[in-house]
Amino acid sequence: MGSFQRDVEAAIPALRRYARALTRDSETADDLVQDTLVRALRFEHLFTGGEVRSWLYTILTNLNRNRLRSLARRPTMSPIEDNDAPDMSGPEAGGRDIERALAALVEEQRTALLLVVLEGLSYREVAEVQGVPIGTVMSRLARARAQIKAYLDGERPALRRVK
Amino acid sequence: MVDRELVVTEDELHAYVDGELPPDRREAVETWLAAHADDNLRVAAWRTQIEALRARYGDAANEPVPARLALDRITTRRRKWIGVAAAATIAAFVIGGAAGWFARGASAAAPNEFDAFTSDAVDAHRLYVVEVRHPVEVPAAEASHLVQWLSKRLNYQVRAPDLESIGLKLVGGRLLPGPAGSAAAFLMYESATGERFTIYCTRANAPNTALRFNTFGQIGAFYWVDGDFVFVVSGESDRGTLQKIAETSYEQLETRSTNRARGS
Repeated sequence: MGSFQRDVEAAIPALRRYARALTRDSETADDLVQDTLVRALRFEHLFTGGEVRSWLYTILTNLNRNRLRSLARRPTMSPIEDNDAPDMSGPEAGGRDIERALAALVEEQRTALLLVVLEGLSYREVAEVQGVPIGTVMSRLARARAQIKAYLDGERPALRRVK
Repeated sequence: MVDRELVVTEDELHAYVDGELPPDRREAVETWLAAHADDNLRVAAWRTQIEALRARYGDAANEPVPARLALDRITTRRRKWIGVAAAATIAAFVIGGAAGWFARGASAAAPNEFDAFTSDAVDAHRLYVVEVRHPVEVPAAEASHLVQWLSKRLNYQVRAPDLESIGLKLVGGRLLPGPAGSAAAFLMYESATGERFTIYCTRANAPNTALRFNTFGQIGAFYWVDGDFVFVVSGESDRGTLQKIAETSYEQLETRSTNRARGS
């Protein structure tokens, strides 16, 4: 096993964590990780150096975006105020507030938040994964945090469920 | 501007929470938080969120990795596909994803060769159109270098069709692995609204065909064989738009090969 494959293998547990939080569903998450690994091995020759880990996060993030797009059955981006990310947690699953708050975020904001908070990537690394300037990462992070706070503070009458 | 030293921005508060704050600003932020209860509460709320997220999902990284994600298993899965390549269908290629890619080399005699080519092309399309930073290896600004390089690697005079007349600009191109160790050229075009279309071209030992159409999920693909080469035009647009792109490309590439035939 070459060093590339060793680096890929070492990243699998973290990829599973990231995918789990992104999808809120362990089967879907492992599907995403599997697709990511297949692509990484298949396109190893296109890896131009740098951090294997960041590259894997980039592939997984892109695959997840494609997945959400095909679920939404509409290829165009929605306005930022829209919650265009379908809730994959199932009708009754995910009783925890943080999970629902996360599900209510726009995909780009959720991705930015999880990469920083859960995966410990630097702002610069997240900017590379998302292919945007650092300032955009900061504003996504700020909006994600503000929205989660509002959600947890109870500003979510439309979404509140009877337990 | 003395004020800039004193005022703490929201970005700095995030950086403080995330450990990204330059050390020389730490004291200023802490002084600020001591004096601004509202910001102090916000920072506390963000920290609570972080703890909740880590508590909810952190353990996923400590679970044993299931067998289907073991790397040697993923390699094995690809190999297994070669055995069933002859029976591969479009669905198998789409669902199999990369499996189809590797099966493709062994499936030269398979009935669905075109499906294999278009599947490769559509896979490449899917992978790269979402790329913001590196959608192409060589940008359109170096178009002549791109064409020379791809031509050399394919041993064939590659040309990037000019699609400006239908509102598409060349973004650039890449070299991709083609069938059985050969090379494939991959060109990307973009519309004014950012829709991306790709043209995939590789050597194919097959009779000439007119334009044919196929869909793979949301992505449609027109393909044709001209001489020793197969061309695939892929995009997420409706069939009519794609057909216009394919026909415009076809005409230009067709003209080119006719000219070459006359010239030689």
